[in-house]
Amino acid sequence: MVNFNSIKELIELAKERNTSIGKITMEYEQEHSFDSEEHMLKSMQNNWRVMQESIERGINNKDKSLSGLTGGDAIKIYNHRDESYTGKTVMTAAASAVGVSEVNAVMGRIVACPTAGSCGIVPAAIRTAAEKNHNSEEEILDALFTAAGIGLVIEANASIAGAYGGCQAECGTAAGMAAAAMVQLGGGTPDQVGHAVALAIKNLLGLACDPVAGLVEVPCVKRNGFVAVHSMVAADMALAGVESVIPVDEVIDAMDRIGRSLPRTVKETAEGGLALTATGKAISKRVFG
Amino acid sequence: MRGVFDIVGPIMIGPSSSHTAGAARLGLMAGKILGEPVAKAEILLHGSFARTYRGHGTDKALIGGLLGFSPEDERIRDALEIARERGLDYSFAPIDLGDAHPNTAVFVMTGVNGRQITVGGASIGGGNIEVRSIDTFQIALTGQYPSLIVVHRDKPGVIREISDVLAKHHVNIAFMRVFRRNRGQQAMMIIETDEELTEDIIQDCRSTGVIENAFAVPAI
Ligand code: SF4
Repeated sequence: MVNFNSIKELIELAKERNTSIGKITMEYEQEHSFDSEEHMLKSMQNNWRVMQESIERGINNKDKSLSGLTGGDAIKIYNHRDESYTGKTVMTAAASAVGVSEVNAVMGRIVACPTAGSCGIVPAAIRTAAEKNHNSEEEILDALFTAAGIGLVIEANASIAGAYGGCQAECGTAAGMAAAAMVQLGGGTPDQVGHAVALAIKNLLGLACDPVAGLVEVPCVKRNGFVAVHSMVAADMALAGVESVIPVDEVIDAMDRIGRSLPRTVKETAEGGLALTATGKAISKRVFG
Repeated sequence: MRGVFDIVGPIMIGPSSSHTAGAARLGLMAGKILGEPVAKAEILLHGSFARTYRGHGTDKALIGGLLGFSPEDERIRDALEIARERGLDYSFAPIDLGDAHPNTAVFVMTGVNGRQITVGGASIGGGNIEVRSIDTFQIALTGQYPSLIVVHRDKPGVIREISDVLAKHHVNIAFMRVFRRNRGQQAMMIIETDEELTEDIIQDCRSTGVIENAFAVPAI
């Protein structure tokens, strides 16, 4: 029976068996859900297919959301790639993540990862890494299972819901998952995966969840673009050999404590932060009367 | 811990797992409980559902579910128009259910063959749902398993007769609960099973003669 209650245990298991965190996560899932390996791979393949479709649709999206607040920005970012300061790779990742998030906002089909609000981050990061490294689909699926393993531990030891932990719980977790997947795709070690997760989450600690009018649009859609890029930096640092001083499980513990102490006004209630700006209130009035 | 596919997944129509995906699943489940295409539905919305349903497309998701669309079906976006085309007569109204879950909807439904039933449920997060009432019974049903719902008098022996029918058909019981209003009065038995429930199982339940009605609700 494989069991893990922390990322450290997950890393140790992977090292002991000379395998990836993704493979350990698969074994865990198989034992807990009685699912066959073949079926699990198929389900993940299906998730990856939908993720890619949502990226394609996203970077071409001209539809507006029901509220009219979002839609059409991904394509602008994408078209700006060649003149950008940050460069083509970074801008493509940002456009992809914003695009998937726009697809979510216009009632298109996405894969929650870990949530609908943060659905653009992991797909954009994986696509960016896979394109650079020419990874096989098998490696991509392994990276998705790696990301899932990280998410499972965070959900067990902190939270992945904005309503409980603020946006650090949603986009912070997605950043950790995305960074883990990118390190995996770049051929990093399990230890480097752990450092990437720690670095990614540490730098989003305390992030408020204050969506305007309570809709998963402002700041969520564009934030997906920022956080995808953020996770790339974390992965790059870890692959370069940078280590997190605070071990990853302690970072997750800090995230949990911060989440609990954040006021409820910035935990998805739309009663604080950006939601209470003059413009935020006006938008809410316009949408809901 | 939850599973891998709760973290990377589910595949869903946006924008919100609780206000859209969960709402679609709730509508789907309500329609399955009715057991025939919906002709008329009055949907009562409580709490956050009542306040924000338009911005999240909750109305489209609930109706899409009633039309039989899964939470990942892109037709949800056009569900209101599709409902009108198919002659589904729907309406929405707010309701105050006190301290019920903030994302609660109650479906007062009539089917195309005249069956009437009222189903209430909540979208409890991450796209998961719980049906909490059928007509006047307070129950709990997640839709994760095929379910057998039996309406009967609360008296000794009924549960055994029904479980005998299931055993005869080699159906394994995963969970089972009985909800009753008062001792000796009408009761509702909900049996969640590992296997699908076929029409002949339902017929065999009915011909035990000890129940008032039985119907199957597939897993969603
Ligand atoms: S701000 Fe809130 S609703 Fe938006 S992505 Fe973050 S956690 Fe989700």
